[in-house]
Amino acid sequence: MITFLIYKLILCVVVFAISLGIAAYSTLWERKLSALLQDRVGPDRAGPFGLLQPLADGGKMFFKEEIIPNVSNRFLFILGPSLVMLTALMTGAVIPWAKDVYIGGALYSMQITDINIGVLYLFGVVSMGVYGIMIGGWASNNKYALLGAIRASSQMISYEIAMGIAVIALIITSGGTLSLREIVETQDAGFANIVWQPLGFIIFFVCALAETNRAPFDLPECEAELVGGYHTEYSSMKLGLFLFAEYINMFISSAIMSAFYFGGYNFPFSHELYDAMGLQDGSKWIALIGFLAFFTKIVIFISVFMWIRWTLPRFRYDQLMKLGWKVLLPLSLLNLAITVVVEFFRGNISF
Amino acid sequence: MQLTNRSKVVSNKVQTAMEQLYLPGIIKGMLITGSHLFKRRVTVKYPEETRPRAAVYRGWHVLKRDENGAERCTSCGLCAVACPAEAITMESAERKKGEESLYREEKYAKTYEINMLRCIFCGLCEEACPKEAIFLTDRLVDTEYEREDFIYGKSKLTEKIDKRIDVSKRQTLEVAEFKKLPGLKHNTLWEGKSLKKGKH
Repeated sequence: MITFLIYKLILCVVVFAISLGIAAYSTLWERKLSALLQDRVGPDRAGPFGLLQPLADGGKMFFKEEIIPNVSNRFLFILGPSLVMLTALMTGAVIPWAKDVYIGGALYSMQITDINIGVLYLFGVVSMGVYGIMIGGWASNNKYALLGAIRASSQMISYEIAMGIAVIALIITSGGTLSLREIVETQDAGFANIVWQPLGFIIFFVCALAETNRAPFDLPECEAELVGGYHTEYSSMKLGLFLFAEYINMFISSAIMSAFYFGGYNFPFSHELYDAMGLQDGSKWIALIGFLAFFTKIVIFISVFMWIRWTLPRFRYDQLMKLGWKVLLPLSLLNLAITVVVEFFRGNISF
Repeated sequence: MQLTNRSKVVSNKVQTAMEQLYLPGIIKGMLITGSHLFKRRVTVKYPEETRPRAAVYRGWHVLKRDENGAERCTSCGLCAVACPAEAITMESAERKKGEESLYREEKYAKTYEINMLRCIFCGLCEEACPKEAIFLTDRLVDTEYEREDFIYGKSKLTEKIDKRIDVSKRQTLEVAEFKKLPGLKHNTLWEGKSLKKGKH
């Protein structure tokens, strides 16, 4: 029991640290990539190649004056960013990071918890994230913040539907399981789910952009019209938490996309590679290679997120709603219908 | 009636099905931005690298010394008069006995200040100077934290005896010849000719 607790605790801390570390370095990579896409150099002053820039940014955030507006609700004002950060970090719990490892005769799973309703948990926690933004925007008692919060909530609720339906189609193709681990394992034997669900992937990807409030769906925080949106009144590290949570969300949604559609820690010809290296099931090397493969996919997705941000302009609000309700929702329903029919004739589902 | 040929016909074309998909357009746009990953960076990392400046660049002024190391400036005030930005002020003093090696003539500038925030680096002070004392150089004015620090005194303007500043780029032969023109007789003083010959 004690070993179990210690192992889970270590895993929690590692996932927590990795999420935060990746988020910190995503901020640097975002600035670097935007610079590279614009023929600039980007931050290169703090440390070698600017690698200490996230530390400098964090230090700057901490030393900023902390302002809580007099007219705001103090409790809710502090609750907002805390909730955003909490939900962003909670999503990492159900993601399978690598294959099981044998240590001292016992099998250790490289996943904090493998609940059989993992996908449902993910959606539940992600939809909690909008509360943080709503509460933050509401508690600021500022019209721009409120408008940003309204946009954020309507946007996230609209896009969650199409996203959910796209995932239902995915669940049907992976044999009706809601466990993330099993979804990843089904892709080990056959093809990655992107082969069966290309349309579903595109819908999921677009919705993931909208859910993480990334460009071109960054209306809630659009600095041009809303002075910064829901975090207009925030300063110091509370603003930092909002900005940071966005990067954690980006990391987690990249991880989810890699797990759902690109096989997670599996990669093409992985079994051939492991056989050639003479590795047994449960070897820590398999786990490490799998984790690196997973990580590569995540980094590629994060980069694509950023690449899109520095390419596309922001949507107008009515265009956003039109895309969500009139395009993505029917498309996802169509995708679901096609999936059900195909799977029925393949004999994978019955009534 | 058409007034200019710059007017454009506004088109409200209906998007084709391909255009309404947006994805091809998005991918095209992303390829355009992506291609910039491999283009040359335009950044000049300033303190380490500098963009090449013209040889006659007009920057941080220098108060020249003569070949013996004495200050050339006689505090005549012509530069201050010529200055369109009124950036130059000075106070004159009389040379004491024993200071001949410090100041070339009997009168010298006790203080000489240029406000670098007012200065527009036009070079008129240099043109006005009869003693070839002030020149603009290709050095850039430093950044400071206080506005007062931009008022450069003699300590920042006068060249060091052991660290002469080359102004030959700005004082070309042509310029030297130009200054010998009869209309500009006052300029010939530094050639060793008497002041009384000229009428000014």
